Amino acid sequence: MTALPLPSPRKLGLVIDLDTCVGCHACAVACKEWNEQGAFGPLPDQDPYGAEPLGVWFNRVHTYEVAAGNPLPPPTPARAIAPAASAAAAAPAQGMTVHFPRSCLHCEDAACVTVCPTGASYKRASDGIVLVDEDKCIGCKLCAWACPYGAREYSEVRGVMQKCTLCVDRIYNESLDPADRQPACVLACPTRARHFGDLGDPGSEVSRLVAAREGYAPLPELGYRPVNRYLPPRPRRDGAAAADPAAERFDASRLPPLLRWADRLLSR
Amino acid sequence: MTDKPLDLHRPTGDEVKTTTCYMCACRCGIRVHLRNGRVTYIDGNPAHPVNRGVICAKGSAGIEQHGSPARLRSPLLRVGERGAGEFKEIGWDEALALAARWLGDIRARNPDELAFFTGRDQSQALTGWWAQQFGTVNYAAHGGFCSVNMAAAGMYTLGSAFWEFGEPDWEHTRYLMLWGVAEDHDSNPIKLGLGRLKGRGAKVVAINPVRTGYAAIADEWIGIRPGTDGLLAGALVHELLHADRVDLDYLVRYSNAHWLVVDDLDGADDGLFARDAEGHPLCATREGIVRADLAGIAPRVVGEVTLADGRRAAPAFQRLAERFLDAAWSPDAVADRCGVAAGTIRRLARELAAAAFDDPIRLPVAWTDVHGRRHDEMVGRAVSMHAMRGISAHSNGFQTCRLLHVLQLLLGAIETPGSFRFQPPYPKGIPPHNRPGKSRQPNGALDAAPLGFPQSPDDLLVDADGRPRRIDKAFSWEYPLAVHGMLHTVVRNAHAGDPYRIDTLLMFMANMAWNSAMATGETMRMLTDRDPATGEYRIPRIIYSDAYASEMVAYADLVLPDTTYLERHDAISLLDRPISDADAAIDGIRRPVVAPDRDVRPFQDVLLDLGARLGLPGMVHDDGRPRFPGGFPQYMVEHQRAPGIGLLAGWRGADGAASGKGDPNPRQLAAYAGNGCFFRAEVPPAGRYFKMANRDYLGWAQSMGFVGGTQPQVLALYAEPLQRFRLAARGHGNRQPPDKDRARIAQHFDPLPDWQAPFEGAALQPGAYPLAAITQRPMFMYHAWGSQNRWLRQIAARNVLYIHPATAAAHSLADGDWAELRSHAGCILVPVRLHGAVEAGTVWTWNAIGKRRGTWGLHRDAPEGRRGFLLNHLISDLLPAGHAGDYANADPITGQAAWYDLRVALRRVEPPSGGDSLPQFAPLPVPRR
Repeated sequence: MTALPLPSPRKLGLVIDLDTCVGCHACAVACKEWNEQGAFGPLPDQDPYGAEPLGVWFNRVHTYEVAAGNPLPPPTPARAIAPAASAAAAAPAQGMTVHFPRSCLHCEDAACVTVCPTGASYKRASDGIVLVDEDKCIGCKLCAWACPYGAREYSEVRGVMQKCTLCVDRIYNESLDPADRQPACVLACPTRARHFGDLGDPGSEVSRLVAAREGYAPLPELGYRPVNRYLPPRPRRDGAAAADPAAERFDASRLPPLLRWADRLLSR
Repeated sequence: MTDKPLDLHRPTGDEVKTTTCYMCACRCGIRVHLRNGRVTYIDGNPAHPVNRGVICAKGSAGIEQHGSPARLRSPLLRVGERGAGEFKEIGWDEALALAARWLGDIRARNPDELAFFTGRDQSQALTGWWAQQFGTVNYAAHGGFCSVNMAAAGMYTLGSAFWEFGEPDWEHTRYLMLWGVAEDHDSNPIKLGLGRLKGRGAKVVAINPVRTGYAAIADEWIGIRPGTDGLLAGALVHELLHADRVDLDYLVRYSNAHWLVVDDLDGADDGLFARDAEGHPLCATREGIVRADLAGIAPRVVGEVTLADGRRAAPAFQRLAERFLDAAWSPDAVADRCGVAAGTIRRLARELAAAAFDDPIRLPVAWTDVHGRRHDEMVGRAVSMHAMRGISAHSNGFQTCRLLHVLQLLLGAIETPGSFRFQPPYPKGIPPHNRPGKSRQPNGALDAAPLGFPQSPDDLLVDADGRPRRIDKAFSWEYPLAVHGMLHTVVRNAHAGDPYRIDTLLMFMANMAWNSAMATGETMRMLTDRDPATGEYRIPRIIYSDAYASEMVAYADLVLPDTTYLERHDAISLLDRPISDADAAIDGIRRPVVAPDRDVRPFQDVLLDLGARLGLPGMVHDDGRPRFPGGFPQYMVEHQRAPGIGLLAGWRGADGAASGKGDPNPRQLAAYAGNGCFFRAEVPPAGRYFKMANRDYLGWAQSMGFVGGTQPQVLALYAEPLQRFRLAARGHGNRQPPDKDRARIAQHFDPLPDWQAPFEGAALQPGAYPLAAITQRPMFMYHAWGSQNRWLRQIAARNVLYIHPATAAAHSLADGDWAELRSHAGCILVPVRLHGAVEAGTVWTWNAIGKRRGTWGLHRDAPEGRRGFLLNHLISDLLPAGHAGDYANADPITGQAAWYDLRVALRRVEPPSGGDSLPQFAPLPVPRR
């Protein structure tokens, strides 16, 4: 019910490296802290010191255990990382623990926008960022139902839908040092697993990363064409394929092991 | 279509101040954004060398730690029974006068009746010095509970250690082994390093019973059984020796591998190094026996010799090789106990050797060694390792950690390009030269700081009969190398009056009534127990400082509320626990970015105030006036530990131009503030590797005041100081252990690394407690102090017991069931979850999420209190009855608390009716009025 803009050549988004994400939640808390005081905040908490602390988070980290031989779980479908080089990662031989940070993917065909009855949900024409205009939001939650990625966060306290803004109030913010004009989650990430840039520019660093590492968008079959990309875990060199080395034994009957060092000429 | 205009240029505030984070021990640089004097936002300081701009979940949540409702707001005096949490608020004048009266009486009577233990202390350069001036031997921080095995094994082997004193060569290493739980220290630098390693294609191997965190992104996870890491490391040594894949040239250049060890089983010199008349160590060469420390010789590493005086001796390496070549250390012999296939162990050994030797790293950097020889390049081994409490918190942790370092030494992978590297100011002696203070001077101060590094029985704190002189029994024959003290024995010993009664327990951020104690319930009982004869508390007085309403607050008689980290000065000092990296000496400060909004004071200021009221040496002028009326910031600038050496190394000298050594500079703190609150002195490029024997490094370190001279520091493949204790146990020398401790000392003070089964399991009836139980902290929390944070508790406000599906099935347990977990010491009732990424013989949970109801500013129905739980209730502070002797559940060398030795039995039970985990304790009242 809300129109998407014409596709813009500029598609700002995140590239998240599942190979180095250790699941530390630094991105999630940095995001909450920034947006709490930012132009799209606050991100209210309910019962913050009580029995069921709940709050609005634009970014949450999930952890999956993958049994040996099984594919990585949704929303990391094996098919999406099917390229031959990543087959090992798609179905790890030894079992894996995968951390999966989840936030808005700023889809090109964003169902959360088209479903919005008031025009509150919209996609920016200039850079593709999907935002919510809280003045127009009636809190009907249709967008949350429409989003297959669970990226929408309804604020009970404020009665509006909230979501990742790609830190639009940072990335253009002239009151910040130019080096700081990146999403808070990207700057915070301690393993530097998160990257920000223009995925519409094939020459950008993020696009080159996606190409080199076979980055994928989750659930592509749904057709919403997410801008964000995830880099699959690199194939693990876990030695599973290596032959079990036989015991390599010095023939002690011929020469006690110690003696081979007896005449070793060492220099100090 | 044009986009809706947005408010995109909103500033974070009107001011940004740098300081240093305190949300864990990482000590990252932060920028605190303020508007109208109120904190609006905290982010990482990109210029800071520790975190380079990144910030962890705890760091970002610091803003809510500052605003926490759990914060104390004024000094508190107990009015009810101890433990009931009933207090009245009092003013600082009254609080300090009271404390000064109590402490003054003690000092006049017997300073050792004050036990001063600081838990989460980042100011040991002050607190240790304060204890020394007070004159009590009874001082320590929390290291004995935390990771002293790692620190001590490192210091007695390398003069450095994992985490704070060394790091992997993140730039060059190609093979990293992470041993044990390692996620908590040192947080951001390791994460930054792992990201770099993975980006470069280095192989990361995680040896850990649980695959979470770093193990999740490792190339290979070795799900080892807890407490058997030493067996695995020993088997790797076995394989490397058999395959002759060891770096003998490295060993004779930098270690004592070739030093001759006397073989004289019944003699007083057995196992000591053979030395010449001047005390120089000796070695064998083709030309005969010569000084081992000479350059240009060709030492032998095997071959028995007869010394000039007729004694027999053999090189230390030979002793080591004889031990580990034995089939008892073969992969086949250890595989079952480790839970690691023999073939996997053999492959890992080959991978290590290949990474170390097949393609050595060559840096085109010329350097000069301590013998004056010029080298055109630096050649290194691209293998590095990191370990933390997973190795440390076992009763065999000291020797296991030493074995890890010996494994690295054999690979030539210490302080070379690609390997483990030292962080200045370390090494400062192997071990460092300072011994624990023992005697009081005429002014009442101890002759040295209470903690130090014993090198022989002469350095122990025992009386003429060999009985412990410290309340925690550190530096006694029971725990001779307890170099961090033993926080975990203080309450029991003080309660029992063993070895003597104390008057006052002064503690800072040590949550002894909860997660910082073993046997938590028993500890709470001892804190409140009265002597029926007198009606008085067995521990007469407890003074406690904390910023938050922790469980321990209720057990204090007098509470001295601390500020938050955004409201005070701190020194991150090179005299303490530095934040250096391998390329630079780094120190830093915290500074107040906001003023306290309540009646709280920085603990360091309070200590100096108390010291002045008590007239302690160094804290008053000759006429009795306070020496530091400006509090800790004045002390940070003006105090000199030795001429020219103070807490801070940067901008010294009257003009601020000196580094390391120089006169106090009244503008020093301003200089730090102007530089992101840190100081970084780069090691000269020619001094960045081989620091133990690098003239360029040692000359620089001497100029900085880190070392007294430029003599080489010899890495200890063979740890001779341990043998001195063993000889005493065998009846040599005029200081010998009591008979009850002889066999224990003789067995464990092995100068070569060894492995023993963890005490607890070995003392229990076989099969009675078939599972290991361990804890770890989630990366987004740290101790209890961060887990009440309103944002962090939304990530996890309850913990569960994780069980391998096969183990769960064997116990008829399904996901969501409840289980009774029983140890020899106690029993808890907990919810369980199935978890495939844990070694099947181990169960685990997150640490320190469970809280006592009514504490930490949380609602009484908060899940932390009702549902969360601690394993501490199962962990005894004493060894099971089946263990010979009356000893703490600790490493016999260092006294490290062995809380990872825990053995348990599991049984399915019906869910408790209220859904609360057990045990539960009476909710505490909020400590207000």
